[in-house]
Amino acid sequence: MALVAVRVGVVVFPGTNCEHDVAEALVELGAEAQLVWHGSASLDALDAVVLPGGFAHGDYLRPGAIARFSPVMAGVREYAAGGGPVVGICNGFQVLTEAHLLPGALQKNKGLTFLCRMTELEVTSDRSALTAGVELGRRLLVPVNHFEGNYTAGPATLRRLEDEGRVVLRYVDNPNGSVHDIAGICNEGGNVVGLMPHPERASHELLGSTDGLVLLRALLAWAGARLEPAGRG
Amino acid sequence: MNGSLHRELGLTDEEAVSIERILGRGPNHLELAMYAVMWSEHCSYKSSRVHLRRLPTEGPGVLVGPGENAGVIDAGDGIAVAIRIESHNHPSAIEPYQGAATGVGGIIRDIFTMGARPIALMDPLRFGPPTDARNRWVASGVVSGISGYGNAVGVPTVGGELEFGSCYAGNPLVNVLCCGLLPKDRLVLGRAGGVGNLAVLLGSTTGRDGIGGVSVLASAAFTDDPDAEASKRPNVQVGDPFEEKRLIEATLELLDKHLVVGIQDLGGAGLTCATSETASRGGVGMDVDVEAVPLREPGLAPYEVMTSESQERMLAIITPEALSSVLDVCQRWEVRASVVGKVTATGRLRVLKGWDGEVLADVPAASLHEDAPVCYRPMRPPARLLDGDGMATNGGVPTPPPPTSEADVAHDLLSLLADPSWAFGQYDHQLFRNTVVAPGADAALLRLSAPGVRAPSGSPARGIALSTDGNPRWCAVDPRAGTRLIVAESALNVACTGATPVALVNCLNFGNPEHAEVMWQFSEAIDGMAEACTGLGIPVVGGNVSFYNESRGTDIDPTPVVGTLGLVDRLRPGTPTPALTDRSTVLLLGPSSVSLAGSRWVAECPGSQAGGALAELDLELHSRLLELLAALVNERLVDGVHDVSDGGLGVALAEMAVKSGTGFRVSGITGLAELFGEGPSRVLISVPPANVQLITDRAGAAGVPTAALGTAGGDRLIVEGLLDLSLAEAEAAWKGALPTVFSAP
Amino acid sequence: MGNFEALVEVQLRPGISDPQGATIERALPALGFTGVSGVRAGKAFRLQVEAPDDQAARRIVEELSERLLANPVIEAASVSIISPPPA
Repeated sequence: MALVAVRVGVVVFPGTNCEHDVAEALVELGAEAQLVWHGSASLDALDAVVLPGGFAHGDYLRPGAIARFSPVMAGVREYAAGGGPVVGICNGFQVLTEAHLLPGALQKNKGLTFLCRMTELEVTSDRSALTAGVELGRRLLVPVNHFEGNYTAGPATLRRLEDEGRVVLRYVDNPNGSVHDIAGICNEGGNVVGLMPHPERASHELLGSTDGLVLLRALLAWAGARLEPAGRG
Repeated sequence: MNGSLHRELGLTDEEAVSIERILGRGPNHLELAMYAVMWSEHCSYKSSRVHLRRLPTEGPGVLVGPGENAGVIDAGDGIAVAIRIESHNHPSAIEPYQGAATGVGGIIRDIFTMGARPIALMDPLRFGPPTDARNRWVASGVVSGISGYGNAVGVPTVGGELEFGSCYAGNPLVNVLCCGLLPKDRLVLGRAGGVGNLAVLLGSTTGRDGIGGVSVLASAAFTDDPDAEASKRPNVQVGDPFEEKRLIEATLELLDKHLVVGIQDLGGAGLTCATSETASRGGVGMDVDVEAVPLREPGLAPYEVMTSESQERMLAIITPEALSSVLDVCQRWEVRASVVGKVTATGRLRVLKGWDGEVLADVPAASLHEDAPVCYRPMRPPARLLDGDGMATNGGVPTPPPPTSEADVAHDLLSLLADPSWAFGQYDHQLFRNTVVAPGADAALLRLSAPGVRAPSGSPARGIALSTDGNPRWCAVDPRAGTRLIVAESALNVACTGATPVALVNCLNFGNPEHAEVMWQFSEAIDGMAEACTGLGIPVVGGNVSFYNESRGTDIDPTPVVGTLGLVDRLRPGTPTPALTDRSTVLLLGPSSVSLAGSRWVAECPGSQAGGALAELDLELHSRLLELLAALVNERLVDGVHDVSDGGLGVALAEMAVKSGTGFRVSGITGLAELFGEGPSRVLISVPPANVQLITDRAGAAGVPTAALGTAGGDRLIVEGLLDLSLAEAEAAWKGALPTVFSAP
Repeated sequence: MGNFEALVEVQLRPGISDPQGATIERALPALGFTGVSGVRAGKAFRLQVEAPDDQAARRIVEELSERLLANPVIEAASVSIISPPPA
């Protein structure tokens, strides 16, 4: 085990509401978590960044449409460009697509209602910061909680995602109409990941599933591995 | 002054005389408007106060009882629980989405006003039959409104009720309960202290929202110009969950930093209520500058500013020294903050036009609350309960149900099954990583934990259980006995999760209090609630009364709803839920006596009917059952547990089967009255065969009857001699009931 | 400089599935409206712009529509300048 705890920044926009849940779950895994206010542009000294779920800026206009212009997003862009791991969960995924750090978009669910329920996911790529080291084909029980989780992208983008192994998680029983049953994707480098399901909600034995820990542990391992050669300065 | 103006504002002649006596002169329009809203039924509880006094409100853990914004209970470990329930029936009838959304917003403000982080919502909902398109529109709109506001504001909705009945067709019931956690030492009360302190209005701008009865003043005071008149009409209140979310965070930060002396949310009667209440509770006065209030549109008259019910606003009382720090916190959260009032030593609420300007109103602050009239409204039992001498009798004689074939029984049972996840699935019920038992079980079970409110590390995980319960059918038969049964059921529901019930809040939905029969129902319900709460040792820590629930002149059935809070000392994984386990033994804990009076089967299945009395509640037996059941659950001696409630044993067994995908074969249920009859203190448990003897012995020692009904397993629902139904058919009926009816155009 | 009122309509691009529009379309026959098709749901925004002329106003509104009001991945915005300034 690394002697230094991995330091994760959890970004808070006005309207974000899952920041404490994500931070708490990461702390229970031995990480340090700190909340990063959306007005701060610097993400130095962080080993990983999570954009948690919620309703940034009330989801007014479109989920993520206003948040992408927050000062923190310039920092996130730079941090990701330097290879730093960035995970967007639910609303965070929506923000990452609006910011064009991930391709595609998230539309209203096919059934036109908000959905809060457990879903079964299949791990379909291990080249992302959230799934590295996780056995391909592994099934995970992780809940979703969204109105706009119906992933869509043009045919060329979809082909690239599939060909490059960037579809990270798929729904076993598609709840929202996402194209190709996509629940999560990553960028070319694998360090930027977006997913609609909430791993932090499946992270304690009292909550009905601990499968989300598989993903969060993978993230901490990925972030820890980047530290190890030199340690943190 | 126009002699009939007070009547148009809803004040009686006697009330107008009282106001003149209090002021020593005739009130002006603004003052009259302020008294009219504060002395309204909604704000003053004038018809109900004399009855509410009969409820038991004290208990060992009660930190704050009724009368404040929320009740507060000591949960141990330095953590307190704030809880309140309210109705938003009438706004939801007009605009279902916004009515429900603003109801959610209002109840959440009551909780964080106390310094508590809101962690859970529950929504008991009652609508007209969904076979009618308008009722579907109302129900869908309300569910969307709760989902749209509650999810976005970041408070999970962990349960509630969804019921249909013809008396709610023109008057839906939208009740909303919120519960929050606070460090015990952060408790704040809505009062102003310290002469010279400032009243700061936080949050949204003020518009013409919800200016109901007092808008009469517009026509009384102004023109005949129709356009001008139209612009003065009250607006439907529109909720903004994003504003409220920022208001929650800003308020909790202000409290954490000890920057406020007192704080009060703005609800009914708006600024008039918030300023006069904080002043009179603190024994001080307040000057309010109407010109300092940020407006949403130009041209609001002072009476509109003072009575507007615009949403997402709070009034914080702070010292002048704290002002710059308060403004900093508000700026960070993008929350508007304006000094609108100053605490004075006079005991009077003065409304000013500019700090040094004209005095627009000047009344004793306390008179708006404490001098509100108390009505002793006439009461009369319904004619069916009066014998020839006008004495109350015990209702009619039961009519035996008609004989029914096995196919009819199956048909009736299927028609009584409906999976409520059509509604619950639209609510975020998992935020805060707290939800141990999700909506759809007998009670919600949550970890006793919230951001900023954690138990000391190393202490065992503790839990709170919440259940909301109402039953208009029982209360229509007998409001007193019916309300007793509701309290008992609610306590039993929390015990199903292993919790001990510790406090109760009520939302009393009744018809027109000017009808003597309605007041009789109300008074009886209060007595029933007092009897059950006293007998079970559960204090009432808060409540809400909603009268005038009627449509087309017909009052709704009496619908008292209770919310019960329970505590679990030690949470462990694997809390039993309403489920059957293959090869387990199905036991009934509790007495066998049931009644078809007021039963769901009688109400909903044509061809059946019964009058008569409700089954008797034995409060001592019920107390023993609560304790026994919580122990069996906490020791994990049972695999599955389900309260036997409306629909009786038949529905309870079927629900356990469809929720677990496991059939059953039971015997000894000899007729329809036993299958569908309803009675208190009854729980089904699914038990590993090895534990049956132990449980029977424990129940025997506790004086709780038990009956072995049969065995779980297989793919059929079998009640020997009465019912033989495939599990698949039951599952399809249960899952499909609501989606099918709500997919109709 | 003049004050121009602009109307921006944001719609899903052709080919992007529109469950809201489809649901509305499916409901219409039951209400007695037959022969209605091609229902697409979208959003409309009205705004006032200070600009030297209507061409300039259009450019400003088109740019802000592209950057903020529409998500170009799935949506397209059309801009109309609906009130020219009084001469």
